Amino acid sequence: MALSIIESCVNCWACEPVCPSNAIFEAKPHFMIDSKKCTECEGDFANPQCATICPIEGAILDSFAEALNPPGSLTGIPPAKMEAAMAEIQAR
Amino acid sequence: MFIFAGIRSSCGSTDDQVSQLPEHIREKVHNHPCYSEDAHHYFARMHVAVAPACNIQCHYCNRKYDCANESRPGVVSELLTPDQAVKKTMAVAANIPQMTVLGIAGPGDPLANPECTFETFRQLSEKAPDIKLCVSTNGLALPDAVEELSKHNIDHVTITINTVDPEIGAKIYPWVFWNNRRIRGAKGAKILIEQQQKGLQMLIDKGILVKVNSVLIPGVNDEHLKEVSKIVKSKGAFLHNVMPLIAEAEHGTFYGVMGQRSPSSAELQDLQDACAGDMNMMRHCRQCRADAVGLLGEDRGDEFTMDKIEEMDIDYDAAMVMRKQVHDGIAEELAAKEVAKKENIVQLDTSKKYRPVLMAVATSGGGVINQHFGHAREFLVYEASSEGVRFISHRKADQYCEGDVSCGDGETVLQRTIRTLEGCEAVLCSKVGFEPWGMLEEAGVMPNNDYSMEPIEEAVMKHYQKMIDDGLLDEVSEEQQASAEGV
Repeated sequence: MALSIIESCVNCWACEPVCPSNAIFEAKPHFMIDSKKCTECEGDFANPQCATICPIEGAILDSFAEALNPPGSLTGIPPAKMEAAMAEIQAR
Repeated sequence: MFIFAGIRSSCGSTDDQVSQLPEHIREKVHNHPCYSEDAHHYFARMHVAVAPACNIQCHYCNRKYDCANESRPGVVSELLTPDQAVKKTMAVAANIPQMTVLGIAGPGDPLANPECTFETFRQLSEKAPDIKLCVSTNGLALPDAVEELSKHNIDHVTITINTVDPEIGAKIYPWVFWNNRRIRGAKGAKILIEQQQKGLQMLIDKGILVKVNSVLIPGVNDEHLKEVSKIVKSKGAFLHNVMPLIAEAEHGTFYGVMGQRSPSSAELQDLQDACAGDMNMMRHCRQCRADAVGLLGEDRGDEFTMDKIEEMDIDYDAAMVMRKQVHDGIAEELAAKEVAKKENIVQLDTSKKYRPVLMAVATSGGGVINQHFGHAREFLVYEASSEGVRFISHRKADQYCEGDVSCGDGETVLQRTIRTLEGCEAVLCSKVGFEPWGMLEEAGVMPNNDYSMEPIEEAVMKHYQKMIDDGLLDEVSEEQQASAEGV
């Protein structure tokens, strides 16, 4: 039972101070979660704190490798709209 | 009847927001480059990026901020530790003695990173007491930080307040992080608004100056900002800075991707004017990066990267002596300019009223018209009227797209520049080339190089008088005047 941070992390430091288990540490190229320390906040909080403050969709995964904040859930931008906008920018 | 009219109203030139403030506030902010179109040509500021984390999401922000090619708030290239930030600040202060102000503005929220922010302030208050400190915040964590803020050399705090209505807030802030939960929509916005207002009041009670920033988002909070302005003024904020939304799809922000348009220059000006009756408005904000260094509108950050700073050996005691000399010299120069301005007031015949005219000015600083049209990276826009002259805004020559006006394919830089001068009837510069001259004329912006090296306000009033003399401005009857003012 542990969460993990993947490459879309932008190293904003928001998660590090809110972790009750001190499981999050700065690393290159992005922050990491020490799986031995991570409790997924069981017993401390109703929701995992790192995923609750993280501003980046998809950057934190649960133990089934599912994104805790799926595309569109934080910015409110519908994923299809985001893809279309990015495709248009690429085409320019 | 002839009266002194070169300067509007009794409070001096409105080119200079500082001159409208009470004396005790003026004393605190007179050498702050962000508060005066005049002072910003002489004094410099810097931001240190020590605060990456944020506790809310705004629809105009994208947290993937690592981009060196952009100049807008929230964007930085190099995050610093407090020790590095202190070292950088002192290195800049020693090398750019005009630097009077150190701000912490992000790239996240400074008060969501309290350890880094306060450690930087603590060290600087002690090691560099001649530097003014300021901080900007979204306000969510402000009430808890007021006590600590009041302990340092911080003479003002900027709070970004875009709304006082949770329903409007829900259209700007998708969520806030509060008491260990992510709270969405109007509920989250309500918490943010309450914290902002509470923090504002607490700062005022402590005697700390508060400036309020608002982002003008057409169709979302445009009309509402008038109410915001009234409320923050009544609570004691000393200045309101309404800034235009920056929204481009390539920034990957909600507003950018969803096609929310930015306000036009005219919309921004109208709103600032509507708020101005109630509040001192700030009009020359350059919306700089969270790690900007130097005079407003310029960025010398590249000269002060950490690897370069590590090699610098700074004797700050010696630097402080030199800095004091430079600051005194600038104060003298500004005072002399102020005297000259008063002596050179242009007198208008105010028995007749004429409509106000917007004019653009090209200047590289010093308060005079001294820049070639083609070299101008920005234009200052002034309004001349029977009441006198007042500073309206700056417009970037290489500006972001203006609102919903589509940029046709193949539009040249020159065409774009001319389009940013929309609404101006003249552009005063030291020189104008043959090609732009013709294109400006065609666009209804009369180019003019008769006032090269003349003080800006004087030249604007002279030119206004010339337009009157040339019969370009029809006389406005008192009834028309009254209806135009909505009396």
